[in-house]
Amino acid sequence: MTTNITFQLNGREKTVQAHPMARLLDVLRQDCSLTGTKEGCGEGECGACTVIIDGRAVMSCMVPVCQVHGSKVESIEGLESMGADGQTCLHLIQEAFIKCGGAQCGICTPGMIMAAVAYLRQPESAPGGVAEALEGNLCRCTGYTRIFESVKTAIDRMKTGANQSR
Amino acid sequence: MTPSNPTYQYVGKSVLRNEGRNKVTGRAVYVDDIATPGALYAKTIRSTVACGRIKDIQFGPGIPWDEFTVVDVRDIPHNVVELIKADQPVLCDGVVRHREEPILLIAHPDKGMVENAAREIKITYEVEPAILEIGPGAVQTEYLIVEGDVDAAFASSDIVFEETYQTGSQEHVYIEPNGFIAEWQGDRIVLHGSLQCPYYVVKAVKMCFGIEEKQVEVIQETTGGGFGGKEEFPNVVALHAALLAKKSGKPVRLIYDRQEDMACSTKRHPSVSRVKIGVSRDGVLKALDFDFQIDAGAYVTLSPVVLSRGVLHAGGCYRWPAARIRGRSFTTNSPPYGAFRGFGAPQSLFATECAINAVADRLGMDPAEFRRKNFLHKGDKMPTGQVLDVEPNLDAMLDRVIAMSGWAEKRASMKKGSGRGVGLATILHGTGFTGSGEVYLQSRVALAGRADGKVDILVGSTEIGQGTETIFRQIAAEALRLPMEQVEFHKIRTSAVPNSGPTVASRTCSVVGRLVQRAAEQMFEKLDGKSVAEYVKANGSLRTETQFEPRPGLKWDDATYKGSAYGAYSWMCNVAEVQVDPVTATPKVETIFATVDIGTLINPTLAYGQVEGGVAQAVGWATSEKVTLRDGVMANCQMTNYIIPTSVDAPDIQLEFMPTPDPFGAFGAKGVGEMPMDGPAPAVTAAIGHAINKTISAIPATPEDLIS
Ligand code: FES
Ligand code: FES
Repeated sequence: MTTNITFQLNGREKTVQAHPMARLLDVLRQDCSLTGTKEGCGEGECGACTVIIDGRAVMSCMVPVCQVHGSKVESIEGLESMGADGQTCLHLIQEAFIKCGGAQCGICTPGMIMAAVAYLRQPESAPGGVAEALEGNLCRCTGYTRIFESVKTAIDRMKTGANQSR
Repeated sequence: MTPSNPTYQYVGKSVLRNEGRNKVTGRAVYVDDIATPGALYAKTIRSTVACGRIKDIQFGPGIPWDEFTVVDVRDIPHNVVELIKADQPVLCDGVVRHREEPILLIAHPDKGMVENAAREIKITYEVEPAILEIGPGAVQTEYLIVEGDVDAAFASSDIVFEETYQTGSQEHVYIEPNGFIAEWQGDRIVLHGSLQCPYYVVKAVKMCFGIEEKQVEVIQETTGGGFGGKEEFPNVVALHAALLAKKSGKPVRLIYDRQEDMACSTKRHPSVSRVKIGVSRDGVLKALDFDFQIDAGAYVTLSPVVLSRGVLHAGGCYRWPAARIRGRSFTTNSPPYGAFRGFGAPQSLFATECAINAVADRLGMDPAEFRRKNFLHKGDKMPTGQVLDVEPNLDAMLDRVIAMSGWAEKRASMKKGSGRGVGLATILHGTGFTGSGEVYLQSRVALAGRADGKVDILVGSTEIGQGTETIFRQIAAEALRLPMEQVEFHKIRTSAVPNSGPTVASRTCSVVGRLVQRAAEQMFEKLDGKSVAEYVKANGSLRTETQFEPRPGLKWDDATYKGSAYGAYSWMCNVAEVQVDPVTATPKVETIFATVDIGTLINPTLAYGQVEGGVAQAVGWATSEKVTLRDGVMANCQMTNYIIPTSVDAPDIQLEFMPTPDPFGAFGAKGVGEMPMDGPAPAVTAAIGHAINKTISAIPATPEDLIS
């Protein structure tokens, strides 16, 4: 029993034919071939599957795809932008993760970055700061120190007016 | 703060991670990201008892079994997972020795069908009593190290202290579960997997199927964390996928979900240590008697080596005029325990450090002062008889961590039982394989020049997040005096790279990196001023290869367990600061301060990342990560109820590196990855003990454990 579900995916309209209760995570990874969103637990605990839905960081393994009908969904693949020279350019949080050592094995990274982006856009969503904003995203490699540094670096660069804060 | 040789172009610089861009954009391909049209989804059917015999297997009604590929024990050419000892079957041979033991493999093109079918397979057993703790079962491996006249040394001690310490198991919780994709291409098998040791898999598959090494191609996909959990365990996953692929003639995906991974995969060995210490009234250590025991689980896997490392680290970083260290691993009916960062050393060092803190307390001495009196120095003998040939610099490292942490003021101001505390632990960690292990491995690496002027690094050492790709490029470029852009590291396929040994034991940067350095130096000489492109054009090819050579004078005797256990040691002094909630008894580790000697820092950002990550894992092991075993299986096999540190509860980590380079490590590097697992747990335990005025001798120290 499948049905048509339409949503905005990384800025473009997308219609998928899927079981309404299919996990958004599977729809992204399989139907949309966007494998940047990862599965670490499938039970809403690790945050590796984090995407942004209508501005909020959400764990896509817990979302039935029917729920995003008519919504705006952003995954890690939507963060890069096209530069004037035709080259893709990274979001400044992605740059910061590379520079500060925020990614080690990288499996938590896409989800971590999406959670960080949601926070950068709406810092008031986590009054306790970066640590609170990322509490739902587990990283087993870094001990978080360098992840915090990455997010702080991105915030500083946004403040100093770097271009693509989006 | 982090001295780097100003003449180096790349070594000592925080060069950006090689594969960083792929990881932050989601382009990095992990095994589950590979599309495999026409592939079958696989599932492992496992035992539900810990000990017994299989009586009957029923394939329930309502499932189109003819659409399934089912592999049972009769389909296996040689039913052994090849590792140290040929005791572990690929599928249960009728006798069940642990919970979650694999019995059948099933596969089908529809993933949902596989899950449904798995529920319809009913296995009945003749249940036998299981042994689920250290002690009653058979001793699997035993070591004994004796140095000096131990009994006489105890007799001449003013104070003799005795205590038993316990450490719990620990699950790796790499965020990417285990997984393999297998496909036979004619008589050749291609395996894509998440793994640390590609050549372990080659060997296991070759032996099981009775085929040649060249018929096995293992490809390491981007690997989402290992920590030892993807050292030997992937052998099993690879074999299962390969068997299903063979029988079905189709590609097979065998990707574990989190619960299965946690329940069935290897974990850190639980340990019990009986420690007896003799000391003079003025605080000079006289004698050590250490009885180290670990639960090996149902099969041998790597337990003898884990036990060995535990035994070899039990003396810690102290001078013992006399020492007796005995180690035993016990066979039980638990799922086999296996490699986990630190590999036995965190367990024995936990006991050593707790005991040292307790003895200082008994003497009424500051634990820092007590240590200072007993630290190893150049020329001192360790329990194996190894004479330290370099000064460990522990005094300076201790001074520094004490200054950084405000140890003296905090100890003075935080009264025992006040809910706040600080604790100290000072440890060492041997670089690379134990004893003669590196000699047996005979690791090889190669560098190959290309017509386009670039140089490829050919190694079997994997990138698992720790930075292999980046560091090897730095080392090679430095020694070749080439721009780093001209030195490349490619995805590992065993057909294309020599066996540079497993990616374990903190050996990659220091030991394998040294081989890369030497191969690069040889290539530099070979080039003799020519460019790589010119040389290749003139000579057709350009290749240098190096093989491990033991450092001069290093001797180890496996029979007596005497000699130089490790070629080099890294050192770390840790201070933990904690707060314990007076109502809930929840310990909060606020800060870990540490001074760290890992020799030369090849890449400071990566080095910090390794140490910080290890510290966080150690704090988790000490405080919140409790593997609750029920009827021989992890009952809390979910991230919901097995609690690893989150961004909120991870400690603040303050590090300072104080390098003593090792002349035989790559550009002076020593082991990095495992050492941070050793010290924080005993430091945290001491701090919690201080905070609640109670002696803690077992970890994890969860609130429930602290209250009881
Ligand atoms: S996979 Fe969704 S939270 Fe872990
Ligand atoms: S980088 Fe490996 S889990 Fe975060």
